[in-house]
Amino acid sequence: MNSIAFVAIAILTLAAALAAATLQKLMHAALSFAVTFVGVAAFFFLLGAEFVGLVQVFVYVGAVAVLIVFTILLTRRDVQDTGKPTWSGAIIAIAVFGGLLWAILRTPTLSVAAPKVEALTVKRIGEVLMTGYVWPLQCVGLLLTAAMIGALILVMEEKP
Amino acid sequence: MSDWLDQIFIRIKQVLLAPLAGAPDWVMQIVSSLINIFALLGVFLTLFALISVLERKILGRMQNRYGPNRVGPFGLFQPVADGIKMLIKEDIVPVRADKIVHFLAPILIAATAILALGVIPYGRNMTPFVIDGGILFFFAVGSTTELAVFMAGWGSNNKFSMLGAMRAIAQMISYELPLIITVLPVVMVVGSLTPDRIVAAQGGYIFGIVPHWFVVTPWGAAAFILFFVSGLVESNRTPFDVPEGESEIVAGHMTEYSGFKYATFFMAEYIGMFAISGLGVTLFLGGWQAPIAALWFIPSYVWFFAKLGTLLFVYIWIRGTLPRARVDQIMNFAWKFMLPMAFTCIVAAAVWHYAGRGLAGWFWSLAVLTAVYLALSQLIGTRKKFAARTYRFAE
Repeated sequence: MNSIAFVAIAILTLAAALAAATLQKLMHAALSFAVTFVGVAAFFFLLGAEFVGLVQVFVYVGAVAVLIVFTILLTRRDVQDTGKPTWSGAIIAIAVFGGLLWAILRTPTLSVAAPKVEALTVKRIGEVLMTGYVWPLQCVGLLLTAAMIGALILVMEEKP
Repeated sequence: MSDWLDQIFIRIKQVLLAPLAGAPDWVMQIVSSLINIFALLGVFLTLFALISVLERKILGRMQNRYGPNRVGPFGLFQPVADGIKMLIKEDIVPVRADKIVHFLAPILIAATAILALGVIPYGRNMTPFVIDGGILFFFAVGSTTELAVFMAGWGSNNKFSMLGAMRAIAQMISYELPLIITVLPVVMVVGSLTPDRIVAAQGGYIFGIVPHWFVVTPWGAAAFILFFVSGLVESNRTPFDVPEGESEIVAGHMTEYSGFKYATFFMAEYIGMFAISGLGVTLFLGGWQAPIAALWFIPSYVWFFAKLGTLLFVYIWIRGTLPRARVDQIMNFAWKFMLPMAFTCIVAAAVWHYAGRGLAGWFWSLAVLTAVYLALSQLIGTRKKFAARTYRFAE
């Protein structure tokens, strides 16, 4: 059952990712990118990490995808892609892929079975965030607040 | 007897599942889910048909006219006539529209609206899908609506559609924040994101007549009002129905849709309204629990739908009473009033909790809310002096 679900989700996610990379219209690519996000969220669900999956949908589909779509809409005059691949993009893609491959190959295979972890509940995540990781959390909060204030200053109407 | 009636739907489901007794686990799981899904769809599509005719009748009564009264007894078969009309209308797709996106938008918007219904407890043991983070699921699914609205607006390749979608998305994003933050005090007080736990935490009565619902605490009442107003905006209802407007932007993001696709948008809007009201009932009005201890014998689902019906009536009532707000008024209201008040609810709930959840806590949280409310009303300055209008881009 789980392996069937895994294969189905993997095919959907990969197809959407491929579509995002190859589709001519930029807007179509952005929308299929949103489908990829949903696929990743489905993986989290399959692994039993409900909270992470829900946050994935919440943040990526609900916010990041809308952000991408609006960025395309407001910055491009024509959303039609020229279709020519750019060399810099290809080099970056190959570099990222190579880096990931290097990291994966360097990782020793796990000979011991994964330790038995208790089911990750929302309550547990909250406790950990508020005790062990409280400083990183506060730093992220500060950063986001600063980004928001910066954005407000950028768009603030100048007084006539 | 009352217990038997209360659990009758659970029993019916068990009877339906009985022939599959020997089947493997996953077959049972899928069939059980399918039964839940069909039950949900059946109940809420019927409710949609009923509400669409009742809304017109009630609005008619408020505006001193009859409303639909031709089809069937009291005009009750009006939704059937409407449905047939919508089905046989021509489906027009603009030539320059993006065919795929234009086609997918109504499907996505309806699917997300229906998905959100799945986590609400409709009665004792009657939650269709029990998820640990059910409240989070509700909002995660709801947040994808914005993308669907954008798809409808952009895919139609029409100015009115795009502008309408922009308006809709702007107000949905602005009000999603107070909507979620008003839910936080409830989650904090209960200590769980599971809807069933939240309903269970509101059980019990004081002297058998005052229920332990969160709406009877000051922070709960304030959060409920803020939640309700945000729900009005999220479901694009009057006073906040600016995404649609015949004289300004035609039908907003639905301009280029006709026939059954338009009906799908219409349905999604109503289902979204049911979902948000259902969540409000679950979070603040005690879910399926009876208002006084003596009425416990009435089945739980009756209470849930009675509360849901009351909230829906208030929606219709507001539509019949209030004029529309302007776009800038809606935005100012969201960021300058709703958001600070929503944060205050969190503080008030914390005060209530640390003052012992009793009478003292009740008064202290009321004091906090009143102080912030008065301060805000001074700061916002409703008696603002209006300067002459200046035009930046048009002249």
